Amino acid sequence: MRLNNFGYLLKEGFKGIFTHGFMSFAAVCVTVACLLIVGSFSILAYNLDIMVEELNQTSEILVYVDSELSDAEARSIGTKINTLDNILQSTFISREEALEDFINDHEGDSAFSGVQADDLRHRFVVTLEDNTKMMQTDAQLKQIPGVAKTNAAYELAEGFSTIQSVIHIVSVAVIAILLVVSLLIISNTVKLAMYDRKDEIAIMKMVGATNAFIRLPFQVEGFTLGMVGAALAFGLEWALYDSLVQQVSQVDSLQLFSFVAFQELLMPMMATFAAAGLFVGIVGSWTSIRKFMNV
Amino acid sequence: MIEFTDVVKAYDQGNTALNGVNMQIEDGEFCFLIGPSGSGKSTIIKLITGELKPTSGTVHVNGYSLERIRKREIPYLRRTVGVVFQDFRLIEKMTVYENVAFAMRVVGARERDIKERVPYVLELVGLENKANRHPNEMSGGEQQRLAIARALVNNPSMIIADEPTGNLDPERSFEIMALLQEINNLGTTMLVVTHDHKLAQRFHKRTIVIDEGIIVDDGLGEE
Repeated sequence: MRLNNFGYLLKEGFKGIFTHGFMSFAAVCVTVACLLIVGSFSILAYNLDIMVEELNQTSEILVYVDSELSDAEARSIGTKINTLDNILQSTFISREEALEDFINDHEGDSAFSGVQADDLRHRFVVTLEDNTKMMQTDAQLKQIPGVAKTNAAYELAEGFSTIQSVIHIVSVAVIAILLVVSLLIISNTVKLAMYDRKDEIAIMKMVGATNAFIRLPFQVEGFTLGMVGAALAFGLEWALYDSLVQQVSQVDSLQLFSFVAFQELLMPMMATFAAAGLFVGIVGSWTSIRKFMNV
Repeated sequence: MIEFTDVVKAYDQGNTALNGVNMQIEDGEFCFLIGPSGSGKSTIIKLITGELKPTSGTVHVNGYSLERIRKREIPYLRRTVGVVFQDFRLIEKMTVYENVAFAMRVVGARERDIKERVPYVLELVGLENKANRHPNEMSGGEQQRLAIARALVNNPSMIIADEPTGNLDPERSFEIMALLQEINNLGTTMLVVTHDHKLAQRFHKRTIVIDEGIIVDDGLGEE
């Protein structure tokens, strides 16, 4: 293919966007709408996953030290705890600190007014890397000499894990369905645009244009429309997300919800939207034009 | 040159459109192919342009063997065969000039060649003063002239005119036929496909008659 032909084909591709303005507009709108829906759901699922993960991180095991051990011996157990797998952090809390916390928690309750530090045990607050392995880690902690007992909330950790699994499965399924539906809608819109030009394609075939020569302007058009749709969807997604985060933070004075800043998602979102726009534009126009090429 | 040897074309639905067709059209000839609707005329055109492949037999067109032609060779075959249709098949949104230039551009012609060739062809068909008009601003006869110009612009060695006068009054029909004759005189092989016996009779040319997929007559048409 000569360079001037290539230039002509590129020019034709861009020209096609404007000469079939309404169909181009429809294709871009559909792309924006579909990407916006898929993008919003993906961000929502991602945030939900992070929120649950953060809640899950609050699950901890309390490791009580044998009351016979001295302060130094009790503290040395921390080293043994930290050698175990799956330990994220262990914090030593002395009897005195535990008493302080206890008093704070039961302030004004006369029933506990006589509690002394010696009534309590030194302890470690242990957080885990993976809460699904809480039961195994708890068993290992119990094996450490000097550990009197442990207190682990398996049910809570399991509950969070289940919620996370459900979120993963549902979000993957919904995103997959939305993507397929979007592709079908966009492909049909591009098909309509192609149908609008089937006579032109038939004439090109009749006078001896090669398939590559016929296809390229449509591919350029599909690529451009896909990228324009992706860029608009990305900008809108950013604006909508920022506005939503702002609205929620104004209402949510207790800070129950924590959202990831869009800037953190900038690169993956941009790459995903660009890939989706590219895929939709090129594959959509390729599959749509195929039907009209068999003349 | 077109050469059909024992050509059979059966469609998937079971009906046989051509049943052992033998014919040869030499370079530079002017030839009519006539027959009623459903006689196999359209199938012959589709075989010549590579839209269909024969079920059996051989078809040779301008050096290509159509029974074993590769898909990627078909565009190059089509550049040697210009086709004119009864319904013109013009692009309404393009001007006369653009319609003709479009046929050159899509086969990769240089802009310089397009600027030279298009005015020449428009002059040949008598549309040199209507280059900026759109097809819907022209009469049927003029639209058919434009279709002929488009078929001619890539300098094919042969033109197939499928019912070229089907939508025209007798006077315009005669003008179009005279134009095709003129183009033939310049060396382009001409195959005019029609169901109109009278049209073929008016021009004392070779006439191949087809009926129910069989060539029933092949000789000079009577004036």
